[in-house]
Amino acid sequence: MADNKDIMGVFADTDTAAEGARQLKSAGFVQDDYDVLTGNPYPEGAFGEHVKPNRLFVFALAGGFVGFAIAFLFTAATQTAFPLVTGGKPILAIPAMMIIMYEMTLLFAMIFTVTGVIFESRLPRPSGAGPVYDTRITLGYIGLIVTTSEDRLEKAEEALKAAGAEDIVRESS
Amino acid sequence: MQDRPTLTPTQINDELLWPVFSFRKRHAVAFIPPMILLMGGVAAVTILIYQGLWVTGLQRPAFWGFFIVNFVFWIGVSHAGTMISAILRLTQAEWKRPITRAAEVMTIFSLVTSLLHPVIHAGRPWRIIYWLLPYDFSRGIWPDVRSPLVWDPIAITTYLTGSILFVFTALIPDFALIRDQSTGLRKKIYGRLALGWRGTPRQWKLQGIFGLLMSALILPVFVSVHSIVSWDFAVSVVPAWHVTVYAPYFVIGAVHSGVSMVLTLMALMRWIFKLENYIWEDHFDAVGRLLIVIATLWLFFFFLDFAFSFYTREEQELAVMERRLFEWPFNAITVIMVFTSYVIPIPLWLSRRVRRNIPLMFWTSILVNIGMWLERYFLIIPAIERKNELTFLWSNYVPSLIESLVVLASFGMVGFLLLLFAKVVPLVPAWEAKEGVIFREDVQFGEVTLPGIIKETEEENVW
Repeated sequence: MADNKDIMGVFADTDTAAEGARQLKSAGFVQDDYDVLTGNPYPEGAFGEHVKPNRLFVFALAGGFVGFAIAFLFTAATQTAFPLVTGGKPILAIPAMMIIMYEMTLLFAMIFTVTGVIFESRLPRPSGAGPVYDTRITLGYIGLIVTTSEDRLEKAEEALKAAGAEDIVRESS
Repeated sequence: MQDRPTLTPTQINDELLWPVFSFRKRHAVAFIPPMILLMGGVAAVTILIYQGLWVTGLQRPAFWGFFIVNFVFWIGVSHAGTMISAILRLTQAEWKRPITRAAEVMTIFSLVTSLLHPVIHAGRPWRIIYWLLPYDFSRGIWPDVRSPLVWDPIAITTYLTGSILFVFTALIPDFALIRDQSTGLRKKIYGRLALGWRGTPRQWKLQGIFGLLMSALILPVFVSVHSIVSWDFAVSVVPAWHVTVYAPYFVIGAVHSGVSMVLTLMALMRWIFKLENYIWEDHFDAVGRLLIVIATLWLFFFFLDFAFSFYTREEQELAVMERRLFEWPFNAITVIMVFTSYVIPIPLWLSRRVRRNIPLMFWTSILVNIGMWLERYFLIIPAIERKNELTFLWSNYVPSLIESLVVLASFGMVGFLLLLFAKVVPLVPAWEAKEGVIFREDVQFGEVTLPGIIKETEEENVW
């Protein structure tokens, strides 16, 4: 919602951050209301979170199809555009075309995969890491960021403080 | 077993990021040798462009010389980078962490360096646009897709693009790390590169899946690229090149030289950037074991190449093999090649003590690379100097000083680019190092404590 605001609790260690997540849950917040920010990967579910499924494989597959189609059209069209018979071989030399099709299939699959990772990671963010962020996160601190309506911000702050948040970062209004 | 240090995130940041934030004497000194080599190469190429190709040793019948040998060598080296990184990611080998990025970056710089060689070899680099883009829309003349010289740039471009994307995407969390630790213009630049990365569980999970998926996609490219480079030779009708074994022979040779180069790089990184806490003796041990298998496979293909010629008993094939084995200087090259690539290093690497001795591993990996460079020379030059009734000039190819300087400069260029890269981002992924510390937990088995790895839980974590 447009009038939602962010508030973040900065935790010094994993245990207090996990406790923060539990406190948020007790305060009535659901999974979609908050996110965890860490400087390195933790085992999935370390903070009670559940990562929604992604469609990365669809991107790779689509890229493969696109690459194959482009390569087929490119090789077939260029050979038929100037149909010069060499060595009595067919104009459309399928084995030779397949080499180019193979490479282009993989090339586009890789390009689409990278696009997919960026898209599915909700990147790029025009506002950078902010507006609510703490640079200590890459030093090992853990951020619990709650996105909620203004009237519930106090409740979120209480939950985060009760769990032992070292700092609370609020979005400026 | 070596003690595996337990590091804090701040310590990891400090130890891995110092080359980015400061310019210490050891980093500056490391630049000197590659820069000297590189300057020698620039001077040589300038003379070559000004004077023309006559300053090289290329003449009838050998028009492929040091430049092409070096081109194939660096393409080969580029292979192991991605191969080792992709295989280690796919098998989820824990010891991959300090190696993957340096290996992948070496792939990119080796490919870039190798790509310069055909340009220099052609003698007139200013016509490169015309050569690279012969798409003539007005006359409808197109490149012949049946030519390996068309497959080659397409395969290499695919590999280079894939490798750059692979490295860039895995770099995003480290860009964010540098963004958070810096100020001013640097913060702004790294902020842009980090794309607004925040490190949510979804972003981390996608990074993990990306590593696996991209590895699975790039491995088939890696196999195809050197196969296609080998077809530059094998699809021709030159005796001794025209063999079906060339593709796997080239691929395994590439892996042998490339993995050895990774070993050289690991030792240099450990010394220059003081990465003792990240690159352990265990890593050298593991790569050494891998190399024993790879080198033995390579030796099998080396003999298979001879077997193919002896089995067919074609006169011209046998003439090339005779030249490789008995005629000066190729007989010496063959002996040096087999000794440096296999006979000396492999028995040494069978000993665990040697595999864990870093200076010894460094020097033996250099030996392998000398041998594998000679292998490219051994494969290319004797065959192209073939003697038949239509060859009017039977002089041998003797490389000139200019060509030798370019070869040396190529090593300088890869070294220079790697050192420069280390000034921009950490060569060991900081986030992967931290992940390794978190996932590692000591497990007690009876009286011994062993390092265990916790990857994931079977339980559903749904609210």
